[in-house]
Amino acid sequence: MSSEKKVKRIKSLFDLPRDEIFISGHGLCAGCTAGTIMRTLTKVAGKDTIIVNATGCVEVATTRYPYSNWLVPWFHSAFENTGASASGIVAAIRAMKKKGIIPEDKKVNVIAVGGDGGTVDIGLQSLSGMLERGDPVMYVLYDNEAYMNTGIQRSGSTPYGAWTTTTPAGKVWRGEWRPKKDIASIAAAHGIPYVATANPAYPSDMANKFAKGLEALEEGPSFIQVLMACTTGWRFDPSLGITISRLATETGVFPLYEIDHGEFRVTFPVAKRKHVREYLKLQGRFAHLTDEEIEHIQKLVDAQVEKINKRAGKTVIGPLG
Amino acid sequence: MQAIESKRARPLNTNHAIANAVKDLDVDVVSAYPITPQTTVVEKISEFVAKGELEAEFIHVESEHSALSAAISSSVTGARTFTATASQGLALMHEILHIASGLRTPLVMSVAMRSLSAPISIWNDQGDLFNARDAGWIILFAHTAQEAYDSVIQAYKFVEDERVLLPAIIAYDGYLMSHTIEPVVTEGRERVIKFAPKRHYPYRLDPQKPVTIGPIAPPEYYYELKYQQVKAINGSLPIIEEVDKDFEKEFGRGYGIMECYMCEGADSLIMTNASYAASLKAFLPEFREQGLKVGLLRLRLYRPFPLKKFVEYTSDIKNLLVVDRAISYGAPYQGPLANEVAGAKVKEGLGFNIISVVAGIGQRRMDREDFYALARMAHEGGRHEETVFYGVRE
Repeated sequence: MSSEKKVKRIKSLFDLPRDEIFISGHGLCAGCTAGTIMRTLTKVAGKDTIIVNATGCVEVATTRYPYSNWLVPWFHSAFENTGASASGIVAAIRAMKKKGIIPEDKKVNVIAVGGDGGTVDIGLQSLSGMLERGDPVMYVLYDNEAYMNTGIQRSGSTPYGAWTTTTPAGKVWRGEWRPKKDIASIAAAHGIPYVATANPAYPSDMANKFAKGLEALEEGPSFIQVLMACTTGWRFDPSLGITISRLATETGVFPLYEIDHGEFRVTFPVAKRKHVREYLKLQGRFAHLTDEEIEHIQKLVDAQVEKINKRAGKTVIGPLG
Repeated sequence: MQAIESKRARPLNTNHAIANAVKDLDVDVVSAYPITPQTTVVEKISEFVAKGELEAEFIHVESEHSALSAAISSSVTGARTFTATASQGLALMHEILHIASGLRTPLVMSVAMRSLSAPISIWNDQGDLFNARDAGWIILFAHTAQEAYDSVIQAYKFVEDERVLLPAIIAYDGYLMSHTIEPVVTEGRERVIKFAPKRHYPYRLDPQKPVTIGPIAPPEYYYELKYQQVKAINGSLPIIEEVDKDFEKEFGRGYGIMECYMCEGADSLIMTNASYAASLKAFLPEFREQGLKVGLLRLRLYRPFPLKKFVEYTSDIKNLLVVDRAISYGAPYQGPLANEVAGAKVKEGLGFNIISVVAGIGQRRMDREDFYALARMAHEGGRHEETVFYGVRE
């Protein structure tokens, strides 16, 4: 990417524009962090933006006919086709520019927004098609780690040990027993210019990743996986969303990194990690876990951190402190 | 076909005729996935784009589900958009078919009709199309390559009309038409665009005028939105008719919305579409000489159903033999079209005797003598309580 920064970087939240594009009055749960993510995203992207939304929490909670919380063009058609839908919009704009129907120099950001169900599971094929074709779309995944909109069923993004309504904890099952799918690496394997993980507890980092993702559209697609703590599905007090989100990164459960033109960089190094128990104990979805099971999860996190450090080529996420 | 002698016809199969229509219409975006027997439509369009004969964005999607999804979003962004499919592809699109009509998307899709799995069959019948009939699309059957070319042009003219704003399917028989060569007059871009100038989607996705497209409709609103679709498709019929008349004035070829061929002096009619209608047009004069007082009722516009025309053509006949190339398993008649005709008969108080015939499933061969047998069955009449599965080995 050129060193010239076309989309403004911010140092603090005060640098974000005051204008609201994703407006209040939506039906997201009290304490839902998806609203925080959408608000920041639209502030970074600005008015010359088209949002393509997969079926999911954000879609149903922000566009209940005849109301809408979006002051930019917004489009939804189905659950599993957000990648393809975004491609159609990009193609139409490109064709209409070539034929002089819209001005050639008019810049429009096409941003796809989907939850983990619509992205990691049912929408993966359509997403892969979009990434493989190199269509200039920024795809933002708000990852709440289960099918929350339909009542907390597990998805490919549900972490090990988590209770969901389709992986309940009992004598035989102890919550989800498979590891979380590594969607950011899958996206990166398409060789796209920019991939990042982000977390609303680190809003400047998140906003700047959105900015970089939009800048990358001059070359191709970008993919941002944003952790979205879900008060309803993760079973925590609505005031704790950001606290829990921060703990996800401080424990190494959700490391913040970017892959900029193949260059891997951890954007929030952690000198001393907190024990995973700190993250798990605030969430009802992990309440069934025994000390032994928590220690097992700690080992899984340790292994993940080791992998991240290996990719970074140095210790950027430190040992347990 | 009338008035083609004044212009030079080119040898084209129906797939290539469709591709030529897309070129002449200056379509902006093509989003399609290859499937037999539609494949040569997308191959030919790719060739046009590659050679610079058509300036379009071609989206190489990874499935038909994505093909139609991208076509919808392209269309509501304001581009003239085309897609094409068949068989399993149309079935894979099924979810999105309803979304295309529900979002009132003015796009056109050609369907080279083919049977559905299982067992897998790449050959022709119309199981794919009849499986999609209730998805809220305007549906036209073409019976010649020329009609397919002309119908695609007509379709853009009416789907982009603000009074319509619905997607349309132009359907024709896989192999029997998609891969057989006929003389086709193509009109060239200038004349075609003059007839069907681009009218961009009026509520398009444009940051200058933000709109929300595809929201969730609660019980207080969903019903009315679906009812608007009912009114839109019913209201499209006179507009489709008007476009066909204008087309005839401009190019000398008109088809009407339903055709009655050799109906004068006919006691009985065979109702069919696409290539079977074309075959019957060739055979009927001879059958008539042999004493069979049979005419052809050719279904061109299928959705919305041209009920008035149907009543006009069938009110004085004795027998109506309905040929279905699709099966409605477990239904009163197993021919889906025969079931609809039975409903129309009761609704309109018509007196004809219905003979339901299923034929040509999986492209089971139908020769002259087979059509003669059907014509004889229609001529003789008599009560047929059950659907006749013509030519099947029990």
